[in-house]
Order: sequence, then structure tokens, then C-alpha cells
Amino acid sequence: MRRATLRSLLAHKLRLALSAVAIVLGVAFVAGTMIFTDTLDRTFTALFQSTASDVGVTAEAGFDAGVDGTAGTRPVPAELAQRIRGVEGVAAAEGYVQAEGVYLLTADGQVLDTGGAPGIGASWITDPELSLGELTEGRAPERAGEVALDSGSAAEAGYTVGDRVTLLTPGPRVDATVVGVFTFGEDGGLAGASLTAFDLATAQDLTGAGDGYTGIQVLAADDVTDAELRDRVAAVVGDGYDVQTAQQQADEQSAALEEGLSFITVLLTAFAVIALFVGSFIILNTFSMLVAQRSRELALLRALGASRGQVTRSVLVEAAVLGVVGATLGLAGGFGIATGLRALFGTFGLTLDGDLVLSAGTVVWSYAVGVVVTLLAAWVPARRAARTPPVAAMREDHVAVERSLRRRTVVGAVLAAGAAVTLVGSAVAEDGGNAPALVGVGALALVLAAVALSPVAARPFARALGALLPRLAGTAGRLARDNAQRNPRRTAATASALMVGLTLVTGFGVLGASANASVDALVDDALRADYVVSTAVGQPFTPEVADRLRGLDEVAAVLQERFTQVQLDGQAVFAAAVDAATLDRGLTLEYLSGSSDGLAGRGVLVDETTAEARGWEVGDTVEAVSAGGQRAQLTVGGVYAANQAVGSVVVSLETDAALGGPALDRYVHVVLAEGTDAAAGRAAIESVVESYPVVSLKDRDEFAGEQKGQVDQVLLLINALLVLSVVIAVLGIVNTLAMSVLERTREIGLLRAVGMTRRQLRRTVRLEAVLISVYGSVLGLGLGLVLGVSLTRALAEQGITELVVPGGRLVGFLVLGALIGVVAAAWPARRAARMQVLDAIATA
Amino acid sequence: MTPVQQTYPAVPAAPAGVPAARGRALTKVYGRGDTRVTALDAVDVEFRRGEFTAIMGPSGSGKSTLMHCMAGLDSLTSGQAWIGDAELSALDDTGLTRLRRDRVGFVFQAFNLLPTLTALENITLPMDIAGRAPDRAWLDEVVDAVGLRPRLGHRPTELSGGQQQRVACARALAGRPEVVFADEPTGNLDSRSGGSVLSFLRSSVREMGQTVVMVTHDPVAAAYADRVLFLADGRIVDEMTSPTAERVLDRMKAFDSAGRVVEVG
Repeated sequence: MRRATLRSLLAHKLRLALSAVAIVLGVAFVAGTMIFTDTLDRTFTALFQSTASDVGVTAEAGFDAGVDGTAGTRPVPAELAQRIRGVEGVAAAEGYVQAEGVYLLTADGQVLDTGGAPGIGASWITDPELSLGELTEGRAPERAGEVALDSGSAAEAGYTVGDRVTLLTPGPRVDATVVGVFTFGEDGGLAGASLTAFDLATAQDLTGAGDGYTGIQVLAADDVTDAELRDRVAAVVGDGYDVQTAQQQADEQSAALEEGLSFITVLLTAFAVIALFVGSFIILNTFSMLVAQRSRELALLRALGASRGQVTRSVLVEAAVLGVVGATLGLAGGFGIATGLRALFGTFGLTLDGDLVLSAGTVVWSYAVGVVVTLLAAWVPARRAARTPPVAAMREDHVAVERSLRRRTVVGAVLAAGAAVTLVGSAVAEDGGNAPALVGVGALALVLAAVALSPVAARPFARALGALLPRLAGTAGRLARDNAQRNPRRTAATASALMVGLTLVTGFGVLGASANASVDALVDDALRADYVVSTAVGQPFTPEVADRLRGLDEVAAVLQERFTQVQLDGQAVFAAAVDAATLDRGLTLEYLSGSSDGLAGRGVLVDETTAEARGWEVGDTVEAVSAGGQRAQLTVGGVYAANQAVGSVVVSLETDAALGGPALDRYVHVVLAEGTDAAAGRAAIESVVESYPVVSLKDRDEFAGEQKGQVDQVLLLINALLVLSVVIAVLGIVNTLAMSVLERTREIGLLRAVGMTRRQLRRTVRLEAVLISVYGSVLGLGLGLVLGVSLTRALAEQGITELVVPGGRLVGFLVLGALIGVVAAAWPARRAARMQVLDAIATA
Repeated sequence: MTPVQQTYPAVPAAPAGVPAARGRALTKVYGRGDTRVTALDAVDVEFRRGEFTAIMGPSGSGKSTLMHCMAGLDSLTSGQAWIGDAELSALDDTGLTRLRRDRVGFVFQAFNLLPTLTALENITLPMDIAGRAPDRAWLDEVVDAVGLRPRLGHRPTELSGGQQQRVACARALAGRPEVVFADEPTGNLDSRSGGSVLSFLRSSVREMGQTVVMVTHDPVAAAYADRVLFLADGRIVDEMTSPTAERVLDRMKAFDSAGRVVEVG
């Protein structure tokens, strides 16, 4: 029996290749995702574990802000380091200062591109055992005017020891001499970030830390464990400080970073699932066809005395062999995908150094997934084959009995109802936070419902759309239509692959178009100023820019805008901090009560939704706590209609500073003086902005364009990944058609014998493919619209206020779907046309 | 996209006196070296208009190869074959395809019909492929002659084996081909169904003036023909007119013993 199985495998090399492709792609996606995720993980774990100290001390946060860079932290007083040094078991303790917003300028005055990763400035820790970096050249910075650069940045900017460099800092610009170059972490990698080291006093000056520290690093003596030392240090420093072992710090930072990058992992995993989902259709299809084609061969085996179990097993063994081969190739393909992803993320500034990580888990999962999915997909047709009575299969005109679609209809209807309830639920949900999750669940149910129902709908669809075909393409058209209707399960399964891909492309297309329209609406409705000055990615920058702009004659008003996280009456919110005096000149807020005057003193403006939810009215007092632990009593001075530019809460710059917010602007809105020529005004502003290469000047349209560019970039990333799922879909169609052509060899022979030309035959195959791909596209577009609209609605609170359906693009997708059919049909059509008439007729 | 491409006349204009099909020095060799097999060895053959010819011979005698080469389904190693006045070796694949479509009718042993099409659609398939409307009156005549009018809307799976073969015969005749080639048309049928198919083929010759060439190994089937050609080892070794089943059977027995003699010798 085994010999029969293996012979059959080798006898059908082509079929083998076709089915293997599906498995390879599915596994490649899974393996690629896992390899990439592991590599990400390794990079960052290495980064954090390079922390040399055993115990670290930092000021305790007022609350868990969750988002980095928005919360000011309290400095740790210098005398604390002295006290820690006195603790038994402490070998060394040293304070350090660290802040973001320090950028290195290249020789031609441009900011060294970190691609969105932070530019970090820090004090050099003098104790070599505690030091973060390891000097590879020169020495450590010892006085003002000296810096050490991380090796990556130094190499990229072309600096070496002895060069003069200029740095942008949150404070003034700094000119300094490079005295050293150091590596950081295991691979010298900073994941794209740049790190500049100063001597302690300079770092304290630059970051405004006074004589305090950002934190204190503690080295344990040999006879004490980290945990013991942590407890002893904690006892000494008292309340208000976080004391953590190196491991705790690394874990916490990794966790925070992983959370930040979780969307990537989630996205990739989602694609892996889709790829497998789609891939298993193809495998199922392939095996159904393989088995159908071999039904006579299998029946012969049955007639010769093979048991049902043996027949089932022989098919399953075939599947297992195929699964192992496919998984192996898929694993190799996964390396390709991971390499591509690494390059892609590199262009976004997230540089991953070192080799790709292949963990045992990846290998195990790849094989498990490849083999198990293949076995499962082969199980159904294998059982069906075993159940075929030998006599029926041996008969000349054996036609597989068509099974009822009733169960599918019922399952599909139930799923569809569930999806509808969930999606409607997400639209009317009180708590907006759960809406996106509900949409996710609803969308999954909807796609599954569509998968279950699509065979039911395939026939009516093929009949309806196919009604045009005989008119357009005569007999070729009619045969194509009939063939597409012949096995609705197969048609539907093949179309499903494309459907899933197009559902997502369409859904994200709607979301992206809506996001872009929302940007336009925001610019039109909320921005009032003539120009906006900001960095491309919303990084903070020095308030010096705003100060210098205020000094220009051409400028009438300057509005600084910062963002901060603050707890109001026990609940954390995102707050905008603005110039109270110029708020109304730079931004349009529609006040329902109170006005911008309400910001005076310790005033706070809140939007309608927040006011209603919290029951606040003008004149109420709320308790504010900053992430750094500072407290203030704020008075509600006004309520405004929801506004995307400022979010739900607005305070004045003074209040923000009192709460310990860092003096770094995110946006500076500039209003030109009346009567100023636009060109002259722009030139004047440009002359200031020029000297701060991190920031750029944008008029309203340019600002909108920049915001939309970010949306488009994310869409591009998503679509690039989806292209891969479309590739799988194309291969699925190729696979199905190639199988159908093989299966219909005798029909093709007959058609050719009675006078169908090769061209007509090619056209028949092509039209069938187009019918299938258009069916998948139409389903995908429909589902995608539902998904996109639900998602957009669910994200309304996140700023996607407009709903736009990109009609032109959707039509484009449909045309693309049809083209995919034509492309996918090319090879099977040629195969069909090349068949020798006599061979085809003679095939028994 | 215009499906209508018509190069050949719907009903071939048959020049009087030209046979429906003929072959000269037909030679077909398969393989080379040790595996070289001569399936047809310089066969000269002529199929006259309005005649029902049966080709008989033991397995491997080359009778199917002869039919395939005459019908433009297979290519010759050397020699020439004509359907009417069209010389087959002068035609490329498309030309041969159109020739088969417009001037030749086929009935195979099995799998004659497309399962997705109804009986009527199967009958008109060659004309549909050509993008040509069938000749209604003629179609009616053919359909009535095979006695399938009540079953025209049925699909092949809903028809018996004999009915399927009769649909195939109707398709072969519907385009008024110059010649109908039938390859063991009754090979899969019981004697009664087979008889009705053969009667129909014979009456198509007698009453409609068709030309039919049938490959068979069944002496009873051969007896329906006007003339029987006997093939052995790729050569025509005998010919019999007005055959009866007994005479054909006797001739075939002679073959067998002759064959054995050759084998033994």
C-alpha cells in the first residue's frame, strides 16, 4: 500500500508542485512572521539587558501614563545617590541624566535621520562597570564642549574623534568636539535611535534637571543578590521612588516596547492566519481534485481488497509527505519574507541589526502548521474517496455525488446574523473603547459567514453574470459559465482566497480614505493659522523656535501647542497645552459655554463629550495629577464642541509647566500680520525655521498633505502585506484551473475533436477564471465595505470623523480582480490548448 | 470579441466524382530503433460518397490509426490524406480544427458528450463553436431520425448509454459533414441499443446520402456496412462487399489462424 502511495505521488509531479505551492506560501507567512518577531524581540531584549547596573532607582510616576514622551518626570535628588552608596552591599552607585530631543547635525547642517526613532542625550556614566556604552575610540566626555557619539550615528554622519559637531537639544544648540565613540548593547544597535553622551554637568544643564538625576544606577557587591539589594535600597530611599532590579527594568522596558510594537506583531499574525486560511482552501481544493481524479485508481485498490482505512491512509500519507516538503520550503520562504520585512522596517527607521533569529518554536510551528493543515485539508476528500463504492468509481460515467449545501446555508446564516449583531452593536456601543474590538470579531464572523455561504451564492452569481458571456463570447462564454457553475464549492473556495484579500484591501481603503478626509476636515474646521511649524512625526522640539518667530514683524501671533498626559479627578486624559492668549487666533474652537479666557490662572477647557461624561460645568473644580506626581486644582473655564486638533482637554502652557510638563513644543501655529505679503511672510518664517532642521514650515495644504502622507504610508505597508495574500489567491486560481483542465482532459479532447480551436479553448479557460475572480472580488468588495464602514465608525473617537467610500478605487479593485483572473488563467489555458487531441481522447 | 469566424462553407460543396475521403501511401510509424512500430504501412484507401464502410482487424492492426489519420486527429509520417478536396498535410492546427468542425463528424466509443450541455446543445456544439446557426429543417430531420425529440432538454447523465450514442450520431450528422468517422460506436452498448445506433447510421447513408466510416471489431456491427476493409499489420489485406455477420466472422477466424501460423512460424 505504501509503495502504491509513493508511486502515485511521484507519478504526479505537477500536481505535487501545485499543491506544495499553497502549503509553502502559508507556512512561509507563518515562519516569516515568527522569525521577524523573534528578531525584533532579540534586538530589544539585547538593548535593554545591556543595562550594566544591578539595581536602578527612578522617581515613581504619579500614575501609569502609558505613553512615553508625554509625561514630565521628577528628578531624583543628588543626595539620594550619596545615601545609597552607604547601603551595605552597594559596590557603586551613580546618578545619570537622560532626555529625548537631542539630535546630531550632519556636516551639511541637516539633522541626522533617525527615521522617527528618538534622539537621546545622556550623561556618560564614569564607572566602567555601570556604563551603558563601551568606548571603541577616544575617551569619555569630561567637560562642557565634549561629547561621545554612538558608533552607528558616528558612522552614518561620518564623524570621528576630533571632529567638531553641532547638536540640537531641547535647550540651546550645542557645539562640541567628539572625544569618543562607543557601542551600545550587544550588537552596537540602538534600533535606529541615536545616543549622544555628555559629561554629567552639561547633561544636567541641557535637560533642565538642575543638580538632580533622571535615575541612579547601583552595582551590587559580590555577596548580595540583586533582589536583596533592591529591598535594602528601597528601604533607604523611602516612598516616591521605583527601585527595580536590572531584570525587572529590562522586562518592563521590553514589555512596554513590545506593547508599542504589538500592532506589528498582531498585523503579521493576522496575515499569517489569513495566509493559512487561504492556503488551506487551496490545499483542500487540490486534494479534492487529486482524489476525484484518482477515484478510479482508488476504487481499483478497493476492489483488489484494500480497506477503507487503507485508502484513507494512503491519501493522508501523501498529504503528510507533501506537508513536510511544503513546510520545509515554506520555512526557507519565511526567511525571505522576514528579510523583506526587515528591509521594509529599516526604511521606516527601525533598524534591526544582527542575523535573523530562527527559534525552535518557529521550526516546530512551521512543520506543525504545514503538516496539520495539509492533513486536515486532505482528510475530507480522503474519507470521501474511501466511501466511494468500488463499482461506482470503476464505472465509465462515474460522477461524484453532489452533497447538499443545506448545512452550509444554515451555518452561514447563523454566522451572518452573529456578524450583523456584533457590527450593529459596535456602532451603537456606549463605550467607544470596545468598538474596534467588536468590529474585529464581527468582521471575522462576517468573513466566515461569507466563506460558508459563498458556494450557495456561486451558482446564481455565475448564472447572472454568466448570462452576458454567451452573448460576448459565444460558445466559449457559455462553456466557461457552465464550468464555473459545475462545482460551486470549488468555485467558491477558489474565489474565497481573493475575497479575503480584497475584503481587507477594501476595508483599509475605506478607512484610509476616511482618515484622509478627516484630516482635510480638521484642517478646514479647526486650523485657523496661516502656517504650522512641526516635525514630520510629531516629535517634540525646542520652544526657541516659537520665541524667535514671535520676534518677527511679519508675524501677528504664535500659538504653541504641546501634549501631555494628566489625571483629572482620577481618570487619565490626553490634554493639549496651549498659549491662552493666542488660542483663538491659531485654532477654531466652538465654545458651548465659557471661552478661551477660562484658561487663565489654573483654568481648563473640556470638550462636550468629556463634560457630559464627567458632569462638569463651567466653574467646577477638578483635581489634576501629573505623571511626575505634581498636583493642582483646576477650574473648568469653558466647554467646547468636539475638536480633533486639541482633543478632549485644554490647559494653558503655564499650568502644564506647573504640572511638570517638559518645555517642548509639538506644534507651533503661526498667524501672519495683516497686510503682510504671503511670500514675504513665508520667507521670514522660513529664515527662522531653516536653522532648526528637525522642524519644517507648512501652510495649511502642506500640513494636511503631511498628515495624509502618514496615513498613506501605513496603508502602503498594509497593502504591501496584502499583496502577498493576493499572490496566494492568484496561485489558488491557477491551481484550481490547472486541476480543472487536467480533470476535463477528455472533454477538452472532445471539444478539440469536434472543432474548437486552441484560441477558443484558451478563451473558455480564461473566462472561467475571470468569472471566479470577479466573484471573489465582488464578495470581497462587499464585505470590505461593511468592514471599512464599521471600522471607520468605531474609530470616530480616535479622530476619524468623516466617512468616505473611495468609489474609483473600488472600481479599480474590481477591474484588478478580473485581470487577476486573466493572469491566473494564462498558464492553465495554454496547457489546455496544447493538449494533443488524440491523447486527450484516449485518456481513460 | 467576435466568435463568428467562418472560413469554410457550412455545407461543403462536393465536387461530383471526388470521393468523400481518400488516402494515398498512408504511413504512420511510432517510436524509433528497437521500439519502432509501423502502425500503417503505405495504405491506399478511398471512401466513396454515400457508402457505409466498416474497418475491421485484430487489435494492433492499425484500424484506429487509419481512422485518426484520415480524420485529421493524428498526423501521418508520410503519405497524403484528403477530406473531399482538402489535403490534410497542407493544413495547420487551426485549419485541421476547422476542417473537423465543418466537414467531419465524429462518434467515439465513449465520452461523446459534454456533461454540462443538454442533448440539443451537444448536437449543435460544432455549429455553436463555429458561431453559425444550425439548419433548422435538417436538424429537425436528424433529431427525428434518431428518435430523441422528447429528450432534447436532458443532460447526458440523464440519458442511457444508447441514447447518448444516438445524440453523438445526431451531432455528427447535424453539420452535414463530408464524412462521419465512428470509432467502435457500439463498443459499450448492449446488442439492442447497439442495433438502433447502427440502424441509424445505415439509414443516414441510405436515406440522407451520408458517408460513414466505422471502426469495429464486432462482425454483427460490420454487417450493417456496405463494404468491409480488413486490416492486418498496418496493411489492407482484404475487402468484402455486402457483408453478413457470418461471412465477416469466418474471415476474421481465418485471420486469427493465419496470425497464429505467422506467430508460430
